[in-house]
Amino acid sequence: MERRHFEQEIEELKQRLLWMAGLAEKSVHQAVQALFEKKEELARKVLEEETAINEMQIEIDERVLGLLALQQPMAVDLRFILSASRINNDLERIGDQAVNIAQSALRILRHPQVKPYVDLPRMSALAEGMVRDSLNALVQHDAELAKSVLLRDDQVDNLRNQILRELLTYMMENAAVIFPAFELILVAKNLERIGDHATNIAEDVIYMIAGRDVRHLAPDRR
Amino acid sequence: MSPDQSQGTRMVKILPPAKAPEGSPSGEAGESAVKIAARDLNFYYGKFHALKNVSVEILQNRVTAFIGPSGCGKSTLLRTFNRMYDLYPGHRAEGEVILDGENILASKNGAQLRAKVGMVFQKPTPFPMSIHENIAFGIRLYERLSRGEMDARVRHVLTKANLWEEVKDKLNQSAIGLSGGQQQRLCIARALAVNPEVLLLDEPCSALDPISTAKIEDLLFELRETCTVVMVTHNMQQAARASDYTAFMLDGTLIEYSGTTKLFTTPSDPRTEAYITGRFG
Repeated sequence: MERRHFEQEIEELKQRLLWMAGLAEKSVHQAVQALFEKKEELARKVLEEETAINEMQIEIDERVLGLLALQQPMAVDLRFILSASRINNDLERIGDQAVNIAQSALRILRHPQVKPYVDLPRMSALAEGMVRDSLNALVQHDAELAKSVLLRDDQVDNLRNQILRELLTYMMENAAVIFPAFELILVAKNLERIGDHATNIAEDVIYMIAGRDVRHLAPDRR
Repeated sequence: MSPDQSQGTRMVKILPPAKAPEGSPSGEAGESAVKIAARDLNFYYGKFHALKNVSVEILQNRVTAFIGPSGCGKSTLLRTFNRMYDLYPGHRAEGEVILDGENILASKNGAQLRAKVGMVFQKPTPFPMSIHENIAFGIRLYERLSRGEMDARVRHVLTKANLWEEVKDKLNQSAIGLSGGQQQRLCIARALAVNPEVLLLDEPCSALDPISTAKIEDLLFELRETCTVVMVTHNMQQAARASDYTAFMLDGTLIEYSGTTKLFTTPSDPRTEAYITGRFG
């Protein structure tokens, strides 16, 4: 009793999820590069490509609904489909955060640079790495890799706090930088949210692989 | 094997747990007493070894479903719970089946046992008599009731089987004229008429349409108030919908036995996983 048609649909769902993850990752990368390398055209690309992510979100939702309604999936299949649905939402939100960053970048680029960017590139590298690894964990069925993503979230949060403190100091010293500094704080906030979405994805991957729900648990109990 | 009682999820309990009976060994809230326990049970059809050292505990006032591929021994196991196999020569059980502390494999009185442990089969088996008589017939074997008491009992069990409204105006008509779903509910009412403590159901819905199936599944849910229900089904969705605990059997052995939600979302054994996801063999 093999279910070839079903297996194929599961595989197609997975491929679409990975395609969408690729789009979301690319958007985040382009948005921060637009800021760091002062390239407005990269930011505009992010705004244009948002539609593709949104369309993919709807297609994935429809596939999930179809599989649930028609195939009565059980056990690991059920866990995968449920996780795919949640990951789909997180990826779409990551796409939204990338758009926010791109819009901030466009506004920031109208002003002189407040300060050399040091922590912000570190933070974006961390957040992008979390997104990438949470999806790699899905592809490779690697619960340990997913766990490592959960552990990295604190570093992202710490960097966000550090950037916030530093930029506040700049704003207090010089009223002229208030507008771009405020936008930079928003960028940090968006990167922090991207880390949170990667954390959600990693939690779903652990649920999918091991059947354990690790959401809202202390790190040692995950 | 006693069931793994974890549900596989950190679920907030909304439904109150079925009450454990007074004086039961496990008085803890939410836990239920063991109603039937098979211990090292082996079963043979002539030379064929159909059950191999099966040990299983069925909990009181719960619906327990047995699933597994054809020939895995699930129906055979069900039939040892009321010694239905006695009726056929060459069928032999070894080991113990403990019902309320007594090994029913060693006891003599099969008829008494089957009043206590009722059974409903795959195909509805109404007797060729009136709807009323189908139920009264069995009661008369065990009790002497006045006409009024009998009518009240018939009405009570038909109501319990969710059939009363559909047949109350034709109780004296032949049961053979009922639809398949109605016939099956009549058979359940008939089994309930002698106040069984355990109800065994062998593929109770496989000959029924989805609406009748839904009615019977609803009924099972209500029956756990008064009965311990054990069901064999090859319809996994039915086991998932209608049971509290599910046991998976394969080649005459019990592979996994746990809370139904856990078994269908996060099974422990790869063989269970392969079967319920349709990747089996």
